[in-house]
Amino acid sequence: MTILLSVQGVTKRFGGLQALTRVTFDLPQGQILGLIGPNGAGKTTLFNTINGVYVPDEGRTMFRGKDVTGKKSYELSRMGMARTHQIVRPLNDLTVLENVMAGACFGRENHPLDAAEKIAKEVLSFVGLNARSSQLAGSLNVAQKKRLEMARALAAKPYLLLLDEVLAGLNPSEIDGMVQTVLNIREQGITIIMIEHVMKAVMNVSDRIIVLDYGHQIAEGSPEEVVNNPKVVEAYLGDTRMVKHLVREA
Amino acid sequence: MNFFTLLTALIDGLLIGVVYGIAAMGLNLIWGVMRVINLAHGALIAMGMFTVYLLYSNFGLNPYLALLLAAVLGLLMGMLIYFVAIKRVQNAPYLSTLLATFAVNMILIGLGTAAFTTTPRDSGFSIGSLSLGPITLQGTRLVAAFVTLAVTGTLYFFLYRTIPGKHIRAVSNNRAAAELMGIPSVRVMALSFGIGAMLAAIAGALIATFFSFTVLSGDVYQQKSFIIGVLGGLGNPLGALLGGLILGVLEGLLPLAMPNTWVPVIEFGLFIFILLVKPSGLLGGKK
Amino acid sequence: MKTRFDLGFWLVLVAIAVIAFPPILGQNAALREKTFTILLAIVMASSLNIIMGYTGYVSFGHVVFYGLGGYMGMYLVDNFAAPLPLAVLAGGIISGALAFLLGKAILRLRGAYFALVTIGINEAVRTFVSNFQPFGAATGIELQFAVYKPYGGPAQALWFVYYSVVGLAIFGVVFSYWLKKSKFGLALMTIREDEDAAEVLGIFTPDAKTWAFVFSAILPGMLGALFFFKNGNVEPSDAFRLGFSIESLVMIMLGGQGTVLGPILGALSYQQLRGALLTSDIVIGAFPLKDFQLVISGVLLLLIVLFIPSGFVGWLRQRIPQLRRVLE
Ligand SMILES: Nc1ncnc2c1ncn2[C@@H]1O[C@H](COP(=O)(O)OP(=O)(O)OP(=O)(O)O)[C@@H](O)[C@H]1O
Ligand SMILES: [Mg+2]
Repeated sequence: MTILLSVQGVTKRFGGLQALTRVTFDLPQGQILGLIGPNGAGKTTLFNTINGVYVPDEGRTMFRGKDVTGKKSYELSRMGMARTHQIVRPLNDLTVLENVMAGACFGRENHPLDAAEKIAKEVLSFVGLNARSSQLAGSLNVAQKKRLEMARALAAKPYLLLLDEVLAGLNPSEIDGMVQTVLNIREQGITIIMIEHVMKAVMNVSDRIIVLDYGHQIAEGSPEEVVNNPKVVEAYLGDTRMVKHLVREA
Repeated sequence: MNFFTLLTALIDGLLIGVVYGIAAMGLNLIWGVMRVINLAHGALIAMGMFTVYLLYSNFGLNPYLALLLAAVLGLLMGMLIYFVAIKRVQNAPYLSTLLATFAVNMILIGLGTAAFTTTPRDSGFSIGSLSLGPITLQGTRLVAAFVTLAVTGTLYFFLYRTIPGKHIRAVSNNRAAAELMGIPSVRVMALSFGIGAMLAAIAGALIATFFSFTVLSGDVYQQKSFIIGVLGGLGNPLGALLGGLILGVLEGLLPLAMPNTWVPVIEFGLFIFILLVKPSGLLGGKK
Repeated sequence: MKTRFDLGFWLVLVAIAVIAFPPILGQNAALREKTFTILLAIVMASSLNIIMGYTGYVSFGHVVFYGLGGYMGMYLVDNFAAPLPLAVLAGGIISGALAFLLGKAILRLRGAYFALVTIGINEAVRTFVSNFQPFGAATGIELQFAVYKPYGGPAQALWFVYYSVVGLAIFGVVFSYWLKKSKFGLALMTIREDEDAAEVLGIFTPDAKTWAFVFSAILPGMLGALFFFKNGNVEPSDAFRLGFSIESLVMIMLGGQGTVLGPILGALSYQQLRGALLTSDIVIGAFPLKDFQLVISGVLLLLIVLFIPSGFVGWLRQRIPQLRRVLE
């Protein structure tokens, strides 16, 4: 079992706020890791430190056996990391096809335009957006924009895919479709870290789960272990909706 | 070089620097409240100059009384500019407001040129000078500096002690939150633009009492305002006063050490340097 | 994207040809002078469009490249009797080099801060050149009549200059088109739409922006050398006139930023309007209309910014999506 990503004691501060405190885990190739935690727990910040948007104040990250601490996000993208954003970031004035081509052109495989176009079309049909390819990205609805984020990241043919709340704001049938898409991605051998508030989905697809609370890694393990961990329930206290979810799962 | 020449140059520089400072204060206030770089600032400065000049040379009205009129005119003009040219595009990409204010600049300068041509004007106004031993200071510059300080004081009283002033600061801090609290942001922004324009007009009116100028002079002072604004920190009105003092010192002292024509090279060099190294300015501004 | 040089490309080329060839066919000197200013504006606007329209960085002081190239060319012609093509090339090289040196540093600044620093750079260079003895300081450089000899005298030299500017214009728009359709162009437009997302997608943004800046600086540098050679003299206030920068921005806005055809149409219509106003003999009340050229241009600019910010071509593309494949 090769370790694709290793996060070692990563700490990140914003002024006085400690957003991440010594987060540590290894992610084996081919797994889906679920990342959960209440609002403001530091999940997105962890993504940002993994993919080079932020430099960690302490700790190191290793990717495919190399120390990549402090590398820029464009370098990490070339090395095979891709992500989606919690708040979607479509390139509004470009077409859907061009958006996805950008992923293929500048990602790991660094394709020329023609090849990128071919890949983009494949990926668009994979996420079910091929009918929209000549539309401007700005004109899509939220669910479509989420799929576009996903398609753009996939077109880069990454080794590691970071998904930040791709299910949020979708209706139940859209969620089922998206979950299926995530499982299909894993079938392609891509390793995934998935931030999710929709508990049912994340419990179903994850091989392992890490729980963050105020930047601390408070629990880690299989979905069953995590759900039965009293610390986790405590962290979610005050978030009644989430507690209900957890209770129902357990 | 004589010590007193140096001292005179320094004081002269400081006196003029604070006058430039209030023009920049207007620029910074506008940026702070609505993230607009006002490229019509120069035209408003020129408007202040011509108001004083025309009233004084045609009707003999005392320039310091004319200044009050220039201020009111500036305030109204600023609010007009806000509603006509800014309001519609203030949430659009910043290029829109840059070009919109520049268009206003073209219109005002164009009208000014058509009406007054670009021949140099001089108010010829004088209130004598003050001699302290070997140091002689022009009266108009002294008064101008005092007026500037009074205006600054009033502005601060207004911003910190009155309701509309507090609204301006609230919108400047966080527009979305201010709107949630029921502060009428459009009115606040119109008022801020008006006050910003008023400060430009006052600066122009004061400059007209001691320098000659043309319709196009506003551009020169507008660029000085940029330099000062960036020095002090865009969006920080008090920083503008500091920036003005720094620029004043440079303009006072540098000519003693090098040909006059090198002074702007240094000033613009400093401007670029600050933008690159500390874009928030010496006192810290808002991005 | 398959056929790189499709209908849109030919449309752009035909537009340039229709503008540029009449003076040549008729050997008409008066028309040539008028067309010269239009082509000049087209080259300037198309080049600026690369950094402003494609990449989203508004260079307000872009005229610095035009002025510096002009000075470089004039310096070589005046001191070393350099042939015009060489002077023009040198103008392009020095402007490209300046953009390269500045790029990494200033393209870190976003939004209005970038616009401000470009104004500052133009003013710094202008005031510096006003003191720089090799460039004639405040008086500038004035060419001897003799420099036009190798071209068959001043009259023939004007034609030579005209052919050169036609060449630059054709090259400029073809390059502009090719760039937009290239992978590098896609990188630039991605940066324009969302720079942070561009980095995450794997675009080396500092490099990409710097090269865009260099590409947008070279032709203005060459153009400056050409223009001031024709003009016979160069002074700081002409070479680094901020107004020219802003006129170029206006032309781009008028035609549609980020499109290839937009700057061409924008430059054409702006220059036509300006010419018409300046030579108009209409009098309103006590005022001749031509005194109001600046006011009318200002009102026009304001109307565009407020009501059709995407410009003529951009507006058409929005209204009639089918045109998107033709109007690039
Ligand atoms: N750039 C930043 N500057 C300052 N503080 C930040 C920044 N980014 C995040 N934070 C703070 O760090 C903490 C963690 O934020 P983060 O976005 O990582 O949370 P999250 O777990 O993704 O929450 P959510 O579920 O709401 O998306 C929050 O308190 C947030 O306000
Ligand atoms: Mg988050």
